[in-house]
Amino acid sequence: MEILANLWLGLSVAVSPINLWWCLVGCFLGTAIGVLPGLGPAATIAMLLPATFGLPPVSSLIMLAGIFYGAQYGGSTTSILVNLPGETSSVVTAIDGYQMARQGKAGRALAVAAIASFFAGTVCTLLIALFAPPLAAVALKFGPAEYFSLMVLGLVASIVLANGSILHALAMIVLGLLLGLIGTDVNSGAQRYAFGIAELGDGIGFVIVAMGMFGIGEIIANLEGEGKRDVMVKAVNGLMPTREDFRRMIAPTLRGTALGSVLGILPGGGAALASFGAYALEKRVSKNRHEFGKGAVEGVAAPEAANNAGAQMSFIPMLTLGIPSNPVMALMIGAMIIQGIQPGPAVMTEQPALFWGLIASMWIGNLMLLVLNLPLIGIWVKMISVPYHLLYPMILVFCSIGVFSLSNTVFDVYLMVVFGGLGYAFKKLDCEPAPMLLGFILGPMMEEYLRRALLIAKGDATVLVTRPISATMLVLAGCLLILVLLPAFGKTREEAFKEA
Amino acid sequence: MPNFIRAPKDFWAGLIYIGVGVTALWVGADYKMGTAGSMGPGYFPKVLGGILIVLGLVAMLRSIVSHGQPVGAIVWKPLVLILLACVLFGLLLRPFGLLVSLVTLVLVSAAASQELKFDLKPSTGLVLLTVFCTLVFVKGLGVPMPILGTWLEPLAGPFLPYLR
Repeated sequence: MEILANLWLGLSVAVSPINLWWCLVGCFLGTAIGVLPGLGPAATIAMLLPATFGLPPVSSLIMLAGIFYGAQYGGSTTSILVNLPGETSSVVTAIDGYQMARQGKAGRALAVAAIASFFAGTVCTLLIALFAPPLAAVALKFGPAEYFSLMVLGLVASIVLANGSILHALAMIVLGLLLGLIGTDVNSGAQRYAFGIAELGDGIGFVIVAMGMFGIGEIIANLEGEGKRDVMVKAVNGLMPTREDFRRMIAPTLRGTALGSVLGILPGGGAALASFGAYALEKRVSKNRHEFGKGAVEGVAAPEAANNAGAQMSFIPMLTLGIPSNPVMALMIGAMIIQGIQPGPAVMTEQPALFWGLIASMWIGNLMLLVLNLPLIGIWVKMISVPYHLLYPMILVFCSIGVFSLSNTVFDVYLMVVFGGLGYAFKKLDCEPAPMLLGFILGPMMEEYLRRALLIAKGDATVLVTRPISATMLVLAGCLLILVLLPAFGKTREEAFKEA
Repeated sequence: MPNFIRAPKDFWAGLIYIGVGVTALWVGADYKMGTAGSMGPGYFPKVLGGILIVLGLVAMLRSIVSHGQPVGAIVWKPLVLILLACVLFGLLLRPFGLLVSLVTLVLVSAAASQELKFDLKPSTGLVLLTVFCTLVFVKGLGVPMPILGTWLEPLAGPFLPYLR
């Protein structure tokens, strides 16, 4: 029963008073920023990241995990109460959740969302504890060729799972890969695309891109719809779901958790498709399908469970392989590197306390959200009711100071402005920023692994297909790409996103 | 927009892809290619630049053969004011310090909204926000931002030690 011993070790790390405190602070701050309309988890974490730099590694990662769950939950709260989802994966929650809120059942909708999320979080924490060690053991055998092929598979998966046109997702990935190459080439020391600007020598910080695209770009886009939006927050009362609610949410929660865990483990990160898919599935199988769109409990429970399961399972590729499957995980990796930890299969054996402490704190973070957020709902409602025109200048202030503090230079603020403008442009052209950010973070890694693989093989590119694991992953990637280009499958994918 | 382009969103996105791809090839023209066995710094960027140009061409081709929605109206006022506000923050921070640059950032960006009103409540909020940021970021977290900046510091006289 090694797993029990491991979990015990993790719990003993996570429940030390100091770590519990930072987990609590993280959950609180994450929810507080995450409930602000228009700020998704990626922007929230990017904004709060600098606050964790001063802590010791374990506490800092535990606080980040807390921020992550808080931001996730905060996003659902905003979707339910004011119909302003901060990211694609909570779009579907807004449909029935907002309807419930308008019928005066906001408290029950929030409680259902919290309980479904907690359940999914608990199941996935156990799944991670079960599957991470064997996966890490496999990953230790990976050579550069396998890593390169795995990243190709991850990028292809992220195209399939992205919401919107496949062509644009592909192009955005390549664009991100190119942007990632800006700076000093590690092998030759040559400056690439730095245009003689000293600040670009180290490359562009990921947080700057994330804040520009998700923070600034989003604010400009939100100001477009100004005046048309009704931000009427009614008083939230009656937090306890009825017995009937409980009965109706059990099956959808289970199905949502299952779907989210499967899609979330893919290296492309499937929280968005998981929540859309779970909603579509419930609409097919539920006895109460006529209520969907009019405030069905199932329509809140299923996507929330799926979304949380998907988000949590994306920790697996991050922890075992050191590969981020979405922008949020990329931020976590960035935070680990700043703390001097190189994410990858070795972390588990070299720093078991950190690894298992993080996993245990995932569950504690979920529990904390449940006991913290439902009683504090009044505060969150107050924060949401702050009118947007007073809110966004404050968000800009925190983004600007946050970006400045990364390396204490105003140049980074200007870079953020550039990416803010780009973010708005891409939004107008229906190009999703998430695949670009994934490409951006994977770009330098992919180049490095490809170089090493080919160096070992003396320039023989067939090394990618003669090594069995690498070949399997490339074949899988190829199949996915063909599948998604087939008209029949493309239609199903479109429907999964559209049905909601 | 000529009327043979039926999917403007694809057209503009394609144009951006081609532009970036061409820039990547152009600027990277003299980066060493190396061989597949030992890749130079120019290998990966050139391959990617080439792929991006192809994807851009496909997008532009698609904009001619298939229908798509028009690009919605661009809201120039918020776009310009918000980006300008952040740039001003960067420009003013060193010479005039956090107090001036933060207030400028807030006021310029707030002008982007139609609902900006000079009232008691927002003004108090601005003062509180400024005090909060100064205390938390400069004094608490030690972010090296000048509170007054090089131009204003001479005016502080004997209070200068408290305002650094």
